[in-house]
Amino acid sequence: MSLVIDSITKKYGRFPALSGASLTAPQGCFLALLGPSGSGKTTLLRILGGLEMPDSGTVRFADMNWLDMPARARKAGFVFQHYALFRHMTVAKNIAFGLEVRPRGERPAKADIRRRVEELLELVQLKDMGKRYPSQLSGGQRQRVALARALAIEPRMLLLDEPFGALDAKVRKELRDWLRHIHDKAGVTSVFVTHDQEEAFAMADLVAVMNKGRIEQVGTPDAVRRDPRTEFVSEFLSA
Amino acid sequence: MARRTFHNPTEDSLALKLTLGGIAILFVGLFLVLPLVVVFSEAFAGGLSHAWATLSDTDTLAAIRLSLIAAAIAVPLNTVFGIAAAWAVAKFDFPGKTFLVTLIDLPFSVSPVVAGLVYVLVFGMQGWLGPSLQAYDIQILFALPGIVLATVFVTFPFVARELIPLMVDQGREEEEAAISLGASGFKTFLRVTLPNIKWGLLYGILLCNARALGEFGAVSVVSGHIRGQTNTMPLHVQLLYDNYDYTGAFVVAAILALLGLLTLALKSFLEWRYADELAASHRH
Repeated sequence: MSLVIDSITKKYGRFPALSGASLTAPQGCFLALLGPSGSGKTTLLRILGGLEMPDSGTVRFADMNWLDMPARARKAGFVFQHYALFRHMTVAKNIAFGLEVRPRGERPAKADIRRRVEELLELVQLKDMGKRYPSQLSGGQRQRVALARALAIEPRMLLLDEPFGALDAKVRKELRDWLRHIHDKAGVTSVFVTHDQEEAFAMADLVAVMNKGRIEQVGTPDAVRRDPRTEFVSEFLSA
Repeated sequence: MARRTFHNPTEDSLALKLTLGGIAILFVGLFLVLPLVVVFSEAFAGGLSHAWATLSDTDTLAAIRLSLIAAAIAVPLNTVFGIAAAWAVAKFDFPGKTFLVTLIDLPFSVSPVVAGLVYVLVFGMQGWLGPSLQAYDIQILFALPGIVLATVFVTFPFVARELIPLMVDQGREEEEAAISLGASGFKTFLRVTLPNIKWGLLYGILLCNARALGEFGAVSVVSGHIRGQTNTMPLHVQLLYDNYDYTGAFVVAAILALLGLLTLALKSFLEWRYADELAASHRH
């Protein structure tokens, strides 16, 4: 019962984004993909979310052949760097989207959807914001709506692409603890991409340091910091 | 201390403003407003009864009906095509994309008469498909299908051109979000893509429709000008004019102009009515 990524490769034209990335992480853990830009971390995240297909390699998650499942069957809640909220829908509609598009047989009743949306709004501390449009919210508020929307589908996996990238430092620190708290509460496996090592070490159970399409080292924040295995890792951490 | 007058660096002098403004107004008046005024005043020059007589003439009614039918077929076709093309160009990367975009613009750069002639070459009796079509008794040229084909060709780019920059600008993140939340491709299109492009789409359709009703060159070549049968409104204007029925020509022209003005009014109304939503859809 874990996430096993094995020898994933992916090229964009001639440019190799991933060249044999492998890692194993236990289910329910909070995994950070840490690396400089161009190291392939976002590509790996998009492959986990089903938004890209790798050229080769396998992913197993909770005893499922993850790559054989289409994106919409994976229940992988994706939080985009720029949130990608549906701009023509209210906050409540955004959050309800994943439930409302379910096929008739699996779709919860209207009242249940409404209750679930209320719960999620409360969870992300936007209780009275349901009727607003995304353009009327601040960056931090949009971020939380994006998270609530991803959580609404009761995801098996939560994927976060530079979740705090577009926020200022103060909001960033606040959201960090809060996101960690949400992760623990929801009991999902979370993978989040960041280039900020402080962020990675503060939040994650496991940190995977990436460079040039490969994973250089995986370990707990302490282990990685105490014992960098490659020259790149020690250089990157001391930067 | 002497008083100094400050000059706003971004403010132009009054003389310059008046000159530029005057040129603009003169130009618009001379080339846009005056012709419109002339069209309507000439239409009623022979009195209301004459105008009514032209309007209720069976050939005129046939021309109006034919134009409306041609537009009613061509506009939906190009709407579907335009959405599909814009979707493909904006949301996917594939070889030959630039070529496709250039190709979409072809009807803008090629003279409509050439387009009409191409259809004659393909479907005419001396053309590639003419003889075999004749064998099955299928009439394309000098009939409704030819007119529709010519109209489709000429109005091809309007919807696609309107949507491509809009959809490229909006990116594909919202669609990706919808898919990852479990929506099917069709539901994603219906609930995410379509609402985001509806204003651009509507505008494209209006423009496409205006042009479909007004097209002269390409239709003229393929129609055969059979009075009461294959004459569209613009062709009917010319026919009346050539037959020295000036008032009649202006009456039909006035209807065409009226349809154009109606389109503009509709567009302005929608822009006014949904200004907030419109602004929101452009914001990120």
